[in-house]
Amino acid sequence: MAGAAAWWSSCTANTDCESLQAVFDPASCPYLLRAPAKLLGEAVLPFPPALAEVTLGIGHGRRVILRSYQEEEADSTIKAMVTEMSIGQEDFQQLQAEEGVAITFCLKEFRGLLSFAESANLSLSIHFDAPGRPAIFAIKDSLLDGHFVLATLSEPTPNSQDLHFSEPCRPAPQRQAHSTPQPDDFASDDIDSYMIAMETTVGSESSRTLPSISLSPGLQPPCNSEGEEDEAEAELSTVPGTPPPKKFRSLFFGSILAPAHSPLGPSPVLAEDSEGEG
Amino acid sequence: MKFRAKIADAACLNHFTRVSCMVAKLARTCTLRIRPHALNFILADPAGGGVSMWCELPQENFFSEFQMEGVSEDNNAIYVELAAENLSRALKTAQNARALKVKLTNKHFPCLTVSIELVSVSSSSRMVTHDIPVKVIPRKLWRNLQEPTVPDADVSIYLPVLKTMKSVVEKMKNISNQLIIEANLNGDLNLKIESELVCVTTHFKDLGNPPSASENESEDRSPEQMAEVQVDIRKFLQFLAGQQVNPTRGVCNIVSHKMVHFDLLHEDVSLQYFIPALS
Repeated sequence: MAGAAAWWSSCTANTDCESLQAVFDPASCPYLLRAPAKLLGEAVLPFPPALAEVTLGIGHGRRVILRSYQEEEADSTIKAMVTEMSIGQEDFQQLQAEEGVAITFCLKEFRGLLSFAESANLSLSIHFDAPGRPAIFAIKDSLLDGHFVLATLSEPTPNSQDLHFSEPCRPAPQRQAHSTPQPDDFASDDIDSYMIAMETTVGSESSRTLPSISLSPGLQPPCNSEGEEDEAEAELSTVPGTPPPKKFRSLFFGSILAPAHSPLGPSPVLAEDSEGEG
Repeated sequence: MKFRAKIADAACLNHFTRVSCMVAKLARTCTLRIRPHALNFILADPAGGGVSMWCELPQENFFSEFQMEGVSEDNNAIYVELAAENLSRALKTAQNARALKVKLTNKHFPCLTVSIELVSVSSSSRMVTHDIPVKVIPRKLWRNLQEPTVPDADVSIYLPVLKTMKSVVEKMKNISNQLIIEANLNGDLNLKIESELVCVTTHFKDLGNPPSASENESEDRSPEQMAEVQVDIRKFLQFLAGQQVNPTRGVCNIVSHKMVHFDLLHEDVSLQYFIPALS
């Protein structure tokens, strides 16, 4: 694809246009994950359709974890359901990342690019880095080479230091005597202390809001990306690590036309301005 | 307080999922009561004193493993409140599950954790976990969540096919919000709706009446005499919408001008639903 180029035009309300050139390099990302798009498509199925962001990371036992991301609001008593999908590393074609790394990105965009990759029966490579650095989702076959760049949440996800990434992941359940509980199962599930604390403050219970099915709003600033088939596209951060606010974007392909045949030349004037001088 | 249970059978899992979907259609937020032999989904009547929905599942018919420890030995029960849709959504992701586990956990806040082991082509299994936030209900509020007594009905009658009723009531909703349900001991049930311009009645005949519990009922009442109650049609429609399949057994109990009580049995799961009369 020598000579191919992709251009971004960013237009504000004044129709002031600026050309930007996409700059990114998958090779500069230390971490890599590769799997058939079908696997990842199945992996995102359990998440609610309305969920905005998801955290992808490596948990204990080199399991790949996808977890719903909820922005924590300090004063909010409405808690949303948290869904987590855990997949063994054997299901991945390539896994080059250490336990504990995690990034959070837009699930909606991820679903979009997954459905495209799935329909073409391709594998997806995810090149990523520290939280805040863009993650590059790459697909490739004989006809096309696609890169989708998504912004990731800049502060480390609270979840990455949290239970599932640091807690040993339970292996497949073993057969046990019916009446014997697994000793570790209840140890971390102890709700007695909570119950005691709650019963002694029962008067204040009424003010607690009921758990609700509503999901908390997505991260600020909004995550932001677009993808096209044939060549790279990217967003440029004006501030490293944070995606820019959404602006109108258009994409031009200049891959096969020589400059002389550029369609962007000025159009001939068909009629003179009747208000003109003289 | 501890709770841990496991479903290993696909048919049991599907049944449990259907029950949770039904509950989600009937209540936004409901109470789950866990006791050694049964689970209950309870919706308390907002007007106070009594319940509007009571669903009971015998635990042994669903779970291959079931362990619970209530609040205390004297009060061997757990009452938690949750968003019903969270549970039904979590269970719906278990369609290709090898096993499903439910347990009460405390992850920053109390949760009902549903862990699903999915069938996978590779040697390692895939796990989906849902942490459903719950609110633990203190003992002093338990008295409002007890099993309702079956009311002393003026007329008890078997219900017709619910799907038929639902399609009729859906159309009636366009006419008015006030629906009259009336029935007699002759197996007749009528649904009546009225507006300024029109009055529509749908007649269901030969439904049959369950044998009456009290002797007074059959003695004092002539078989043709209707017992009627006027209810909010939306509540009735919500009840009907929750029933995806026709129940094994369905009874309607009418207390004249006071309330209507529906007593359904879906295989081994019983559902009671109360709709008060419009004042």
